[in-house]
Amino acid sequence: MDTTRRGFLILGGKMFVMTSVTAAALEHVLAGAPEAADSYLSAEHWWAMVIDIETCIGCGSCVKACKAENNIVDEPFYFRTWVERYHVDPLDLEHPIVDSPNGGLDGFPETHPNGNAKTFFVPKLCNHCADSPCTQVCPVGATFRTQDGVVLIDKEYCLGCRYCVQACPYGCRYIDPRTNTADKCTLCYHRLVKGLKPACVEVCPTGTRMIADLKDPNDSVHEFLRTHQVQVLKPHLATGAKIYYNGLDGSVR
Amino acid sequence: MRRFKDVEHLLRLAGLFAAGLLVFAIARAELVPKGFGTLGHYRPGAIDDIRAKPIGYAGQSACADCHGDIVATRGLARHRAISCETCHGPLARHAEAPDQLTPNRPDATPLCARCHAANAGTPKRHPVVDIKEHAGDEPCLTCHKPHDPRIQ
Repeated sequence: MDTTRRGFLILGGKMFVMTSVTAAALEHVLAGAPEAADSYLSAEHWWAMVIDIETCIGCGSCVKACKAENNIVDEPFYFRTWVERYHVDPLDLEHPIVDSPNGGLDGFPETHPNGNAKTFFVPKLCNHCADSPCTQVCPVGATFRTQDGVVLIDKEYCLGCRYCVQACPYGCRYIDPRTNTADKCTLCYHRLVKGLKPACVEVCPTGTRMIADLKDPNDSVHEFLRTHQVQVLKPHLATGAKIYYNGLDGSVR
Repeated sequence: MRRFKDVEHLLRLAGLFAAGLLVFAIARAELVPKGFGTLGHYRPGAIDDIRAKPIGYAGQSACADCHGDIVATRGLARHRAISCETCHGPLARHAEAPDQLTPNRPDATPLCARCHAANAGTPKRHPVVDIKEHAGDEPCLTCHKPHDPRIQ
């Protein structure tokens, strides 16, 4: 068979195209079936929470619900969210009396007389900081902020070194005694991706806790943020905290 | 004449170096989890692990799907904004299989006291009572129905 220079080049070109198409197809097959279509896209959300201190009645439903939803050790001192009671004497604003019996799980006993002092409740949880100190200190990348602004812990990868527990300025982390790994609020990420509210928000009887998707223009939280003066805890630390408190007293730390 | 004398020890060193590199490359490929670093300095699979956790609370819309009558009753009174599971507890399993898991009726008086017992920290507009003074030992349910707490 005679092969002209032209014929050879055309054949070579065809073979090149065929090979690359096959290679691309093979790569696709090797990568496995494409993942099932997922309606939740993390890049379209930016989660935060708004807590209206003026309406919190300190019932502790959130603490109870959090423990139930997330299967948290039942003993005291293991909380992903807890409620603190502040008792601020007008003569000594700098030194509030703070108590949180069992994290507020069973409510608060009536201990403070209704005098001139101000008493109020402050629910606390992980602030899901945009620039979180806890994720920066993790030596193995076991804690991280997702694209939608939730700080999570990789329980399989966590060494239990406790750096993050010390780094969190809000005291939101603890070591789970069962696994010896760090644990904290996930903002009920497993519920958010299913379109549900976090458990604490779901059960809050007064609407004190509001979940907020700041990237969703139709979220009613924008109206709330426009009309209320909200603050974050410890703003001077520039952690980018995303738990916004309405009516936060200056004595709260 | 050989240009390089005693070159063998250099080759041996190079061989050792190459073997070390190979061991490192294999160990790294084995130890670093799949996809590590694609989204950030973490394992993307961890997100899927957390997403896959089962839910405990079904959510208000799941309750309203079957119990619309109760939701309508509650709509008349001040407890309308409270989620069913605030008092009835986590019932996602009941929502999945209503016949297999029926929830227990909650004990009302301690539940009422949780929110309505007088406490210095409670905001002024929230109705609270001194339970002993208000009802003595009478259970709350005698006068108030939780779904519509107005006295009939």
